[in-house]
Amino acid sequence: MRMFVAAIAFLFPALAYAQEHPVLPSQEVSAGDSIYLLEGEFTDQHGKTVRLKDFEGKPVVVSMFYASCPHACPLLISDIKKVERDVPEKLRRDLRVVLVTFDPDRDTPAKLRELGEAHRVDMSRWSFLRTDPDRVRELAALLGIRYRFGKDGSIGHSSVITLLDREGRIAARIDGLRQPNHDLVREATTLLEARK
Amino acid sequence: MRRLDLTILTALLGVSLLGGRAVAEEGTEGMVLVPAGVHEPLYPPSPEEARIAVAAFHLDRTPVTNAEFLAFVRENPKWRRGSAAEIFVGSGYLSHWSGPLELGELAPENAPVVRVSWFAARAYCHWKGKRLPTENEWEYAAAASATAPDGKRDPAFVATLLQWYARPSPKVLPPVGQGTPNYWGIHDLHGLIWEWVDDFGSTMVTPDSREDGDPDVLQFCGAAAINAGDKGDYAGFMRYAFRSSLNGSYSIGTLGFRCAK
Repeated sequence: MRMFVAAIAFLFPALAYAQEHPVLPSQEVSAGDSIYLLEGEFTDQHGKTVRLKDFEGKPVVVSMFYASCPHACPLLISDIKKVERDVPEKLRRDLRVVLVTFDPDRDTPAKLRELGEAHRVDMSRWSFLRTDPDRVRELAALLGIRYRFGKDGSIGHSSVITLLDREGRIAARIDGLRQPNHDLVREATTLLEARK
Repeated sequence: MRRLDLTILTALLGVSLLGGRAVAEEGTEGMVLVPAGVHEPLYPPSPEEARIAVAAFHLDRTPVTNAEFLAFVRENPKWRRGSAAEIFVGSGYLSHWSGPLELGELAPENAPVVRVSWFAARAYCHWKGKRLPTENEWEYAAAASATAPDGKRDPAFVATLLQWYARPSPKVLPPVGQGTPNYWGIHDLHGLIWEWVDDFGSTMVTPDSREDGDPDVLQFCGAAAINAGDKGDYAGFMRYAFRSSLNGSYSIGTLGFRCAK
């Protein structure tokens, strides 16, 4: 339904506004759907304290991972890099990527920075974040990501790439690794083209 | 009653051994101390995890009631129906209450609160200085029959559970704490409602899933059931399958919670 409304909103902005927000101002209505309602502090790869809400205003690709992950996470990062590559180059600089670790104990900012460098990502647009275990669990629940700590130190998890619109609402998602990304890329391009 | 006394004695003994004082830990009124033990998960994630040590923990004697949850939303306006953000509570949140601050006839004071999301349940427990139990803790406590710490292989106990699963839930739920408690002195782990756990659904995620791009492997419980530890535990299978289908913002009429500490 939300996707349908979003599609209509793109085609007929005035009509969608009338249907979706009969009385309240738009930010009051949409606020209930935003991931950015999740409070709490995160630390990025530069050691800077950030909140998810700080990403408001730009389309964001968000996922969860952990640095010592041997198989899935490198693939996940490469899938996200592909999303980035598939978005038209002139729009790309406005896209943000947020990766939150399941493993705040081991993933220090220095380790996260190292990982970003190893994957040669644009660190001005990519944020590798750590937070407390409670916040990890809540964010995973919001993104529909399942995970569990194995006895051997590994973390079993589902790989989900989520696109958030400028207000932090889920606009598209890719469930699993090496899946087709057309829908998410198209949605990201639409969001990036609709410059504020 | 004798068993209850024994439970209290065990609790006091546990505390006195830990802290050298024969007083219950602060903030654990209405809770039962479940002593440390070994839990055999229905879905051992690896052969080494067929038996998991569970540390001693406190668990609410009964599920959280409507009256208790009402006190929470009175003090925390952002969790009232109509005010709580949809991303945290879905669309059916407390919809059986007659108003944001009124219970009404479908939600008797002493009946367990249902139609509460995982986020709301978690917020309630944190407000109480507690937390949601983990899936292992909940399952460990719930394995107890009325007479033994582990009733999973007791045919009579298993049959009772299955009978409950086969019976539709009444429109108005009965009060909590009725009937016989289990071996630890805990009520209603079975037979009344389903309950949230902090790490709902994570059991279905096996380490193998890291390497598998097929999302169905993670979502479909049947595949994982092949590895189930105890093939006769259908009731357990239903709980794991149910929990794996949940989403943190779901609010449904048969799902409530209790807190741990």
